[in-house]
Amino acid sequence: MQALTNRKQQVERKPMTVWEKLYLPSIFKGMGITFSHLFKKKPTINYPEEQRPFSSVFRGLHILNRDEEGREKCTACGLCALSCPAEAITMEAAERQPGEEHLYKEEKYAAKYEINMLRCIFCGLCEEACPKDAIYLSQTFAPANYGRKGFIYNKEDLLIPDPNTDPEGYEKAKGDIGKNIK
Amino acid sequence: MGITQILFWILAITAIFSALMVVISKNPVYSVLWLIVTFFTISGHYILLNAQFLAVVNIIVYAGAIMVLFLFVIMLMNLNKETEPQKSKWLKLAGAVAGGCLLLVLVAGLRHTEKQMTEMVTGDIGLIQNLGKVLFKDYVVPFEISSILFLSAMVGAVVLGKKEPRIPVETEMRKVEETQQAINI
Amino acid sequence: MYLLQIDWWIFFEKLILVAVIVTTALVVAMYSTYAERKIAAFLQDRRGPNRAGPFGLLQPMADGLKLFMKEEIIPMTSSKFLFVLGPMLAMITACMTSAVIPWGSTIDIKGHQVPLQISDINIGILYIFGVVSLGVYGIMIGGWASNNKFSLLAAVRGASQMISYELAMGLSLLAVLMLVGDLRMSSIVNHQIANGWNVLYQPLGFLIFFICALAECNRTPFDLPEAENELNFGYHQEYSSMKLGFYLFAEYINMFISAVVMSTLFFGGYDIPFVNEAAWGNHWWVGLIGFVVLMTKAALFIFLFMWIRWTIPRFRYDQLMNLGWKKLLPLALVNMLITAVVILLLHK
Repeated sequence: MQALTNRKQQVERKPMTVWEKLYLPSIFKGMGITFSHLFKKKPTINYPEEQRPFSSVFRGLHILNRDEEGREKCTACGLCALSCPAEAITMEAAERQPGEEHLYKEEKYAAKYEINMLRCIFCGLCEEACPKDAIYLSQTFAPANYGRKGFIYNKEDLLIPDPNTDPEGYEKAKGDIGKNIK
Repeated sequence: MGITQILFWILAITAIFSALMVVISKNPVYSVLWLIVTFFTISGHYILLNAQFLAVVNIIVYAGAIMVLFLFVIMLMNLNKETEPQKSKWLKLAGAVAGGCLLLVLVAGLRHTEKQMTEMVTGDIGLIQNLGKVLFKDYVVPFEISSILFLSAMVGAVVLGKKEPRIPVETEMRKVEETQQAINI
Repeated sequence: MYLLQIDWWIFFEKLILVAVIVTTALVVAMYSTYAERKIAAFLQDRRGPNRAGPFGLLQPMADGLKLFMKEEIIPMTSSKFLFVLGPMLAMITACMTSAVIPWGSTIDIKGHQVPLQISDINIGILYIFGVVSLGVYGIMIGGWASNNKFSLLAAVRGASQMISYELAMGLSLLAVLMLVGDLRMSSIVNHQIANGWNVLYQPLGFLIFFICALAECNRTPFDLPEAENELNFGYHQEYSSMKLGFYLFAEYINMFISAVVMSTLFFGGYDIPFVNEAAWGNHWWVGLIGFVVLMTKAALFIFLFMWIRWTIPRFRYDQLMNLGWKKLLPLALVNMLITAVVILLLHK
């Protein structure tokens, strides 16, 4: 077969010369190589202090979005759960009562909304399936936990902070979503 | 009682105790370890006699090398309390008598050495310079003869330790053919 | 009886010296573990421990604390006494070697001549050899007492390796002793101060000694007793907690001591190169500078040990024995012969 690159080298099986049998020259050569690595730049990042910036299309923990007035966008249509290949999402719908218009955007809302982060494969299909722009994959990831229960995120964990009462938290949770994607 | 005497008594008692333990211990590994302790006490005696060279050489050669080889063998043969063969009563008695005879001879031999002992304590005979001069001036011939003895022992060990010479290919092939024929028949 | 006449001034002086030197050896060994991890990291483009304290400087304390806190396990079928004795012996023999090393020139404190050496016995070098040859017992006893086949095999390996390399080491040293004509460590150093470092006269001897020192300390490329891919973990496989810590620690002390011995025997000890420090007089700070110089040399050797460890792969067992018996031993003999002939010719 024809070689695609010219990097292939034939292995030599000649008996070693006396100079090679001394091993010392090659040992010194190897030690020179390792010594040069003392002064190389270290690629390691000191994690909690320094963080590598995520790519703009990074798919991390989910957030449930609110609109500008701070109302939940989710209508509990169940499309995200349906699209989820890992079956990580469950929800229970409820009807909006009069007087709750400032809480929920539409007449139907999700009373319960759970995502099992142990099942989730962070494919982002829920984000694509959502007709209301209610669920997004943010740029953080699930922190470690001692129990399995801790990885089942309910609505309070997922919901983004209210932009009216906590604009800073809202901006932080939203991150770069929607900014870089043109 | 001076500090020398105190040290002497401590060393002497430890030496005798550990030497006894070499014989008494059921487990061979413990025997060897007690023997090492014995060598240490003997080295201690050498130091008391101001023979530091002898003391250290005793430790390097006996405790450091020979006893390690002993330990090697005992550990690899996995000798322990269970596999220790039970000797008959008569054998034990014979051993005790033989040991007693040796003790008698040693005591008789050492009875008249008091004069030399006092010389040893004050002298520098055991120091390395004096030892070297004595060995290489007064006793050159015995020294060299013993070194030749060592050399021959070494050569003998190498010869004994060598692998068996390879069987020539022809004999091996013939053997193979013979077996094949034997199987065919 | 010259050894045992007690003079209280000397007694306290030696006591303080022993305390200082043993503490120094322990602290250096402690920070060798840190240095090893840092150097390994840097040679592999990593950062190494940097969490405990500034630059991770408290890491050795954290490691020690961790080892102390861990559960102590003594296997049911081990022989308990020997199991405990093993690490103790390893530690004691590692610390004992430092007794005859001259750590600095003799200093003058209020009319008292205080040599910075615990004991200048006239067989100094042989003493070191004796103690090093006893270092085998820590490994052997520990390995056997664990009642584990891997431990036993590793112990046997370690012991045979140490015995084999002791021979070549001793022979390479003989050439140095011929040059100096004395076994005292202090006179070896003084001879070098007067006539130049021994490494200039004995480069081959130094090389052999260095390789043997690597083998004696069970350092890579000769770390066969700890070959984890063949022997799981080596002779300290059954050990846990601080007993394991003692084994590991003894290794680092051994490394420090052999670095110091090499600097003393071949690199002039506390001698400062190109400087005639004898002209400065007998002040206390001259001794201190000498001590610092010796430590610097030792630190360079420790760095070299680590540098080699993170560069060269491990030897196979037959290669190890081959190198020791068939290469280094004859080479050391030839070196000794040449030295003897040259000395004989020059003296005539």
